[in-house]
Amino acid sequence: MMQGRVAWMVFACVLGALGLAVLGICVGSVGFENVMRPLLSPELDPQGTALAQQIVWEIRLPRTLGAWAAGALLGLAGAVAQGVFRNPLADPYLLGSAAGASLGVALALAVLGGSAGMLGGSMMQSGVAVSVFSSNLMVRLGLTGAAFVGAVLAVLLTLALSSGVGHTLRLLLAGVVVGVVLGAMTHLVLLLSPDSLQAMQAFMLGSTAFVGWTAVGLMALVWLVCAVAAWLLARVLDGLSLGDATALSLGLPVAPMRAALVAVLALATGTAVAQTGLIAFVGLAAPHLVRSVVKTTHGPLMLLASLVGGVLLLAADILARGLIAPQELPVGVLTAVLGGGYLLWLMHRGPARAGAAT
Amino acid sequence: MTTAAHSAIALQADAVRASLGSGAGKTAVLHGVSLGLVAGQWTSIVGPNGAGKSTLLKVLAGVLPHTGTVSLLGHPIHDLPHRVRARQLAWLGQNETSADDLTVWDVAMLGRLPHQAWLAPPSAADHAAVESALRATQAWDWRCRSLGQLSGGERQRVLLARALAVQAQVLLMDEPLANLDPPHQSDWLAVVQALVTRGTTVVSVLHEISMALHADRVVVMAKGQVTHHGASADPATHQALVNVFDQRIAIHTIDGQWVALPCTSGGSR
Repeated sequence: MMQGRVAWMVFACVLGALGLAVLGICVGSVGFENVMRPLLSPELDPQGTALAQQIVWEIRLPRTLGAWAAGALLGLAGAVAQGVFRNPLADPYLLGSAAGASLGVALALAVLGGSAGMLGGSMMQSGVAVSVFSSNLMVRLGLTGAAFVGAVLAVLLTLALSSGVGHTLRLLLAGVVVGVVLGAMTHLVLLLSPDSLQAMQAFMLGSTAFVGWTAVGLMALVWLVCAVAAWLLARVLDGLSLGDATALSLGLPVAPMRAALVAVLALATGTAVAQTGLIAFVGLAAPHLVRSVVKTTHGPLMLLASLVGGVLLLAADILARGLIAPQELPVGVLTAVLGGGYLLWLMHRGPARAGAAT
Repeated sequence: MTTAAHSAIALQADAVRASLGSGAGKTAVLHGVSLGLVAGQWTSIVGPNGAGKSTLLKVLAGVLPHTGTVSLLGHPIHDLPHRVRARQLAWLGQNETSADDLTVWDVAMLGRLPHQAWLAPPSAADHAAVESALRATQAWDWRCRSLGQLSGGERQRVLLARALAVQAQVLLMDEPLANLDPPHQSDWLAVVQALVTRGTTVVSVLHEISMALHADRVVVMAKGQVTHHGASADPATHQALVNVFDQRIAIHTIDGQWVALPCTSGGSR
């Protein structure tokens, strides 16, 4: 019966994502508009159709797919983090990996400083520098690589500070400390290289506005790799939920598999952060939403958390575009507000549920 | 020593030393333990708090780093491939689970991991093993509930089922009676006796001395060392138990069963 619920939820997520994608294509800086009509019946207004095609193909479609892919990466990273650290509060942000990824991006921008003009500085327009959102493949790969290295180092630092994953409180505390320290270092780097400050500002708030096809392709590829790796390692997470020693006694190679899972976590987080900046709480909320609907093993859980993450960020992105149109909210601000509210509700509900269970 | 005598030992520990913690907080817990546990029998390990019982059980299970050697069915445990060891030896620890979101069925099925190829779906044999383990611990009726919805004693029965589902030749259990009410304690006793009848070697760390005295053999531990190892019916074993608890327990026979009772400060009643 659980398999039935999993299948039902996968179906609902796919349907939701498709519906939101259509909506995402229709919502732009002027709010909701029906671009489907000129697209579907070009004979009415050939010029309007060409414009609509350009808007949809070059801006809205990559942005919509990018929002889904970034959300899917964050949802997956959140489910992996909660499984590998056996902690329902673990998420890419609370463990410092996102802070590490953004420090990596800031450092890369500072180092690239001279060439930033060539790479994207020339695209500065209306007060927003897009160098960090350049669609050049090499820039994208470079930023993703820097974000990945930053994320791995940050997680390792968190683990070193908390001396392992055994103590929940110490782990979270270490994650917070690492997040704050790396955040401060990011600001320091930006202070020292003011050229990248403007670009980083949009980035730090989290935005899907500048996601192009290169970024979409990169995120889709990394999502595929991470999802397959997570699926292959799902049994280790199931075993680990009974404790390290039990997992060892079941013959699972715990240490190398945990390292591989941390790599998956860092790669997924780093890739999402490098393309869309800091988007909070999607990674935390997605696995919890799945668990509130279906109790399942880590294989289906991670897949579903990823699909839910995609739907969440896509929905948030459309809201961010439409809410105060023609202006646009950075989607990271919206997810922080919504996700923070959800976390508070979760904490509020926690004791009540525990009381009901006894 | 003859080969037959060797084959009668399921688990052998020689000069085992182990520590807990790391860095500056590292504390030596086992100080050179040597012990042979007889195959096809039930051995209970008892001793005061901090004697090193759980640590010894972890070392015997091959899940804690140590010096000295541990042999499982005649092979050094660290030379065995992990999965082979996991099929031969099952270990039930204390309160380490965070699997609140897994269903009872999924938790018990984890016991079959050593038998399953990577990514292969559970076989008919896996299903049968899980069902019989859940029925043996009366957890079958909740197989669709999540672990988080169960009480402490109910969870303990599910975790026991997980260990039983391995169907290993050697079963190590650390405080398996924690949170179990008296009827389920006697159910547990029946499960262990059935396992031993089938030739399984059972080793349990127990605080309930009266339950421990149902075992074939008793190992008495204090301060990281084995102070006595003998048959549970042996008066010398009873004396060793009384000694290790500073004469603060007395062992009586009631209805043909050995029962350990705490002494009040004035001596036995």
